[in-house]
This record gives sequence, structure tokens and C-alpha cells, in this order.
Amino acid sequence: MSTQTLTERPSRSTLFDGLTRYVPIGATVALLVALYLGGVANYRNFDNPQVIAKLFIDNASLLVIAVGMTFVILSGGIDLSVGSVMAFATMACAWLTVEAGISAPLAVALVLAFGTAWGLLIGSVIHYFHVQPFIATLVGLFLFRGLTLQISDTDVSMRDVEFFHWGMTHVDFGEVRDGGFWLPYLSFLAFAVVIISFVVLHYTRFGRGVYAVGGSESSALLMGLPVARTKIGVYAISGFCAALAGVLAAFATKSANPLANVGAELDAIAAVVIGGTLLTGGAGFVLGTVAGVMVWGMLNTLIAFQGNLSSWWARIVMGVLLLAFILLQRVLARSGEKRRT
Amino acid sequence: MSDEPIVQMTGIRKDFTGVRALDGVDFTLRPGEIHAVMGENGAGKSTLIKVLTGVHTPDAGQIRLDGRPVRFHSPGAAQAAGISTVYQEVNLTDNLSVAENLFAGREPRLGPFINFRAMRRKARALLDDIGIDLNVAAPLSSYSIAMQQLVAISRAVDIEAKVLILDEPTSSLDRDEVAVLLGVMRRLAAQGTAMVFISHFLEQVYEISDRMTVLRNGKLVGEWATANLPESALIGHMLGREAATLEQIERAVAAHRVADEAPLVTATGLGRKGSIAPYDLDVHRGEVVGLAGLLGSGRTETVRLIAGADRADSGELRFEGGKVGGHNPRTAAARGIAFCPENRKTEGLVGDLTVGENMILAMQAARGWARSIPVARRDRIVAEFIEKLGIRPADPDMPVKNLSGGNQQKVLLARWMIIEPKLLILDEPTRGIDVGAKADIQRLVAELSGEGMAVLFVSAELDEVTRLSDRIAVLRDRELIAVLESEADMTTERIVDTIVAGGKND
Repeated sequence: MSTQTLTERPSRSTLFDGLTRYVPIGATVALLVALYLGGVANYRNFDNPQVIAKLFIDNASLLVIAVGMTFVILSGGIDLSVGSVMAFATMACAWLTVEAGISAPLAVALVLAFGTAWGLLIGSVIHYFHVQPFIATLVGLFLFRGLTLQISDTDVSMRDVEFFHWGMTHVDFGEVRDGGFWLPYLSFLAFAVVIISFVVLHYTRFGRGVYAVGGSESSALLMGLPVARTKIGVYAISGFCAALAGVLAAFATKSANPLANVGAELDAIAAVVIGGTLLTGGAGFVLGTVAGVMVWGMLNTLIAFQGNLSSWWARIVMGVLLLAFILLQRVLARSGEKRRT
Repeated sequence: MSDEPIVQMTGIRKDFTGVRALDGVDFTLRPGEIHAVMGENGAGKSTLIKVLTGVHTPDAGQIRLDGRPVRFHSPGAAQAAGISTVYQEVNLTDNLSVAENLFAGREPRLGPFINFRAMRRKARALLDDIGIDLNVAAPLSSYSIAMQQLVAISRAVDIEAKVLILDEPTSSLDRDEVAVLLGVMRRLAAQGTAMVFISHFLEQVYEISDRMTVLRNGKLVGEWATANLPESALIGHMLGREAATLEQIERAVAAHRVADEAPLVTATGLGRKGSIAPYDLDVHRGEVVGLAGLLGSGRTETVRLIAGADRADSGELRFEGGKVGGHNPRTAAARGIAFCPENRKTEGLVGDLTVGENMILAMQAARGWARSIPVARRDRIVAEFIEKLGIRPADPDMPVKNLSGGNQQKVLLARWMIIEPKLLILDEPTRGIDVGAKADIQRLVAELSGEGMAVLFVSAELDEVTRLSDRIAVLRDRELIAVLESEADMTTERIVDTIVAGGKND
């Protein structure tokens, strides 16, 4: 039998396609480097390693919810409930330990389990009842903010709970004044979340399933992939991450503020998008999200160093960057479409 | 090879809200055979396939796989039982690499982690076996649609399918790619895989299939060995003859056509790359020009150019003697060209608006949005057309989505009749509607042309075309191959012969 072989080399556009995927994240990294060098050039002590370390202390919670958000956005969804869930988790930690007198490790375990369960529930609603993720998770945004304020409308201190001092215990890498830096345990928890997420997203069936569902849900279904498990799974992960971020906040401040993290879900979405993940799903990297969070932190650091600027400038710049990155994504997507047709 | 059937479907029935898509269909598939399922649009091919692959569950009937009764509730379940499907649209995720698409959901693993190296190796081996050579690590989106389709087929093949269903897999492939695909199919058949092949390319069907099952209007016409069913007989079976069930409409050809007048529409070398080869066609006032051909032959594409729905990239179009430039649906409507598209649900009617509101849309658009139509006048017009077309229920305030298909079609017709177009283009106006409504619409078309309107009429049903048309344009493989003019040519046999001969000549 004569077997014919059909060859198709990835055309030049293909190579470009492959590189195109890295353009947004490349832009983010370049921006980050530019911001850092700008800071070093203009401010004394900006080159101190602790400046970088501080990014991961102040933004550990944001990093964790942004990583959870990355899963959700990659699958083509969105989770607006994370800021409220996070505040609720902090408040629940405080109430369970201070008011109810439950042992702190147990309280933390309960809170994490609860966040995951909430994600499972809302993911199921989204998948089985075909509810728009935007609306379904908006439920959580209102519900948990309300519940948090119902528990207490003032700050609750956890200073007396020994366990919550553990998070800020730090590991020193040399003396700060000799060019060393230190990081608290809670930053290491955030790093662990990033590394585990990276491995899950890139090296497991579940992770690749998230990309497949985000690429085309109907195709994923027809390919026989477990779409239900994947879609519900990403919201469970996001719920867990939100609860964990709440616990990290409890470690960092040792108090629960019922009005904390208003709008944190939007910061997380911004960080994910600036990190190069497509809002339509199916393309992006968790490490890009890390870069996105670092951009946010770097902007705040620059404003702090400048000293005479309002902290709102971070938001203003973030808004402009977001617009630029969304346009960049569109331009790249459109040029991709053009080359293919 | 044993003759014990691998798939046996008996008495399959499937209803979709009032429409019977499949009515007692039997289908038998034997190991190692390539079985073509043939039928025109709406005959029930896709529904039959979707019942077999677990996308739809049948309302009645039984499916046996290897002699055991089965019932699939999802494509995944059917896949697990050994039934794989390749659809017309590529159902892969093009953001992932070729290798990932081939093995998604069943990647080789080391512990919990995907072994990418092994996966790429297996992917290369699989594609090698099929006879295609790609960079398996590149994203799928970087390859042509045709190549993506071959990747989809490779994936289906590798899932150790006992039954492989190919639903129009060749519609986006070129000649070489088709050759590779057919080669793969032969090899699989020799290994004992049973295949269901759906294609509207008759040559491919005749080249590859062992057996054919023909469906028409959701019913089984019959099953034949390909060798025993000549092409003309197949086309006859597919298109069918419903003459007995429809009342005959008196043909009065001579009276229709306004004699000795310049044509209303003249298309010269009008064409669009990849859609329809350049064609010449003219339409006179008071004339019905029918377009006949098989599904995919370019019937719709032909009229869309005249309607301004698609842009022509060659030739010219003249309307009332003047050259038409910058043609689009809006300017077409302003000139007096009305176009009822094929898919009335998505392209025509607004389901939630009432009968009256839907009818008046085009008239309102023609007047401009700022000039409202007096309520009394509106009601009078709507009542008149409900009466004239026999729309049931005769309630102008009923939401259109609650009407039957035939009545929806009449509402759409009424919309265009209200603005009294000079040229009315009807694309499959009688598809999927009951016999009574069909007769009503046919009578109406005859009446309108009697009053001097020019009509372009597309239909898959040859009887209908022959009964209504003054002239018939016959299409095959996206080419207008003949225009039948004489009274003697207005028969279904003549059209079928023309289609069959048209393919042999080139």
C-alpha cells in the first residue's frame, strides 16, 4: 500500500504565534525592570534587597488570591467573591479564636475548608445551572461582606492568640544593613501556593484541562474531558486561596477589619491581566500573575519612596496599565486571526 | 470478517419540540465497513449521529452495541464504549499543543505528573502512522484548519475506537488532504474499525463507502450496497418526490414573464472566491427563477451575492439596467430587493416580538426609525397579511416563537411583501414546515410573480422547484452548470440528469 505523508511545517507565522504568547508577559517583566531601575536611579536605598522582599510581605495575600483568580480566568470564568471571602476568613479566624475560644490551628483549618466548600458550591451553581460566573460570584461578594460586618462592625484583635504570631516570624538572609534581607513565614506560604499552582497548571491533567476548557468548553466536552470537575475545581481552588489569603492577613495584622480588602478581587483581576492571562481564558501563566502582583507592589513602593504623592496614584497608574495591556492583548489576538485567514 | 453487526439501531425516534427529527429509523453497522449516511439538509443525518454518540437520547427505539443494548447520556460515555466522533468543525482546543490535543484527558504520566517527553514521542509515532508530519510541540492554532481536522481524526483513531464516526470531515480539506484521510480510513477498515461517513461530496462517498443508508425527512428510505446504487438513483432517493402529497399548482409560465422587457437583474461573471464560481444569470419581472442542486452546491451562495449579503469579488451586477456598486443588505433593500434567508430563527425573525411587530420591521426600516407608522394603519396591514397568508393562530399579538415553523415562515414572507419588493429572494422557504403551509407558500409565490414580482427561489425539493419556476438554474460543486429554460426541461428527472452529467463533464 502506498502511504502518502502530508507534511506541514509550522509556517513563519507559527513561530511568531508561539512567541506572541510571551509578548504580554515579556512586556510586564520589562515594565517591572524599568520601574525598579527608575526607583534605583531616583531614590536612595531603593537598591536595598529588602525593597524587593517587602513586595512579598505586603502583597502576600494579594498574590494568593491572584493565583486562585488565575485558575478561574484561565478556565474562562471570573470570581468576584474573593475580596469578601478573604475578609470573612480573617474575621472568622478572629471570632473563632477570640470569641468562641476554639484552638487556632483548628479555626484556620475550618476557615480553609469553608472557603473550599464555598468555591465548590458556587462552581456547581455556575456549571450545572449555567449561571454567568460574574453574577454567581457577585452573590459571594455581597453575602460575605454582609456576614463579616454581621460578626463585627469594628476591628477584632487577635494579638492575644499566640498562634497568629507565627506568620510574621522571619527568616533572615544576612543583615539588612549589610545588603541582606528577611522574609516572614507567610511569604513562604504564598511562594508555596505559587509553586504548587505552577506545577498543577502545567504538569497535571487537571491543569491542562483548565487550559482546554478555557480554550473551548464545547470542544473539551466533545473530547471527553471532565469539564464539570474542572470548572467546579477552579472555583474551589479560588475559594481556598481566598480563605488562605484571609489567614495570611490575620498573620500579617493580627486583627480583623470588617472593611478590609474591599475591591481586592479587582486588584487580583488586574494583576492577572497585566501578568498576561487572557480574560477570555485558555492562555496565560501563573508566573505572569506573580509579575503582575509585583508591578502593583512596585508602584506602591515608588509612591512611598516619593513621599509626597497620594497612594491613589498607584490605582491611577494601574488603570492606565490595565488599559494598555487589554489593548495589547486585542492587537495580538487580532493579528493572529488575520494571519490565519 | 464476521457479519455480526457492531451497531444496530432500531426504530429510533427523536422529537424536538413538535418537530419529529427522526421517525422510526433503523441503522446497521458491520465491523470493518465504511457506511455512508446520505440525505439532504434536515433529513436527520446529524440527529441520527448525535443519538448514536450520546449527545441526544432517543425518545424511542433501541441501540445495540456488540449485541448488548446500550444507552449513552454523554459523548464521554459513548467514547468510553468505543464510539469516537470527528465533527465538521474542529472540536479541539487550539490554544494547546498538537500533542496535548491528541492526548488530552489520557496523557502519559509519571506519578501525578504529565510526562511531556513521552507524550510528544507517542504523538509523533501516532501521526507518523497516520501519515502526517507536524511539529507536535507547536500550538494547534498554528496549523491550517485542514491539518487540525486530521489531528482530530488521529485523536479519534487512537482512542481504540471500535466505531469511528466522521461527520463531514472533508468539507475543509483539499485534494491531497482528502487522499490522506481516505487512505487512513481504508487502513482502519482493514483493521476492522467500522466507520460512519457523512459527506455531501458524492465522489468521495462513492470512492470510499461500502454501503449507504439514505434518510429523507427523518425517515429511512433504505439501505444499499454502494456498488448497487447508481448515482442518479441515490440523488432521486435523497431528494424524493412529494408530488402526490402536495396539490398541484397550475403552471402558467407564459403569462408570468413580462415579454420583451430588459431583465430586472443581470449578473455577469458574478462570483466570490471559495464560495461560488463566477456565474451569469438574469431574472425578469414576473418570473420565478428556481435554483436547484444538492446541499453545498452553492445555491445559497449564489443568491446571497445578488441579495448583497455577501460581497462579490468578481463580475458585475445590474439592477433595472444600472450597475450596482457598494452592494449590501441595506442598499439592496432600498433598491427593492428582499431576501428571506435560509435560517429564519437566527437570521430572520425576532422570537420574542409579536407577529405584528415582526411583520412591520422591514416597513419601519424602510421608512426610517424616526417616522412612526400610525397604529391603525399598522393594524390594518397586519390583519390583511395574516388573512392573505392564512397565518394560524390569526393573532397579531402572539410572540412569533410560539408559532409553528410554517407560520413563522409566512410571517417572514409577509414582512417582505409589505414593502412590495421588485425582487424577492427566498432561500429554502419551505424547509422543515408541514405540507399545508408548504402549499400555501408555493401558491403565494405563484401569485406574487403573477402580479409582476421577480422571484429567486432556492429549494432542496426538486418537485417544488419544477412546479414553481419559469426557469431553473442548476448548480453542482459551487458552480452554476446549466439554466433549464424549456417547458420540457421542467422535470425532476431532467434536473437530476443535469447534476449527474455536470459532474462527469469536467
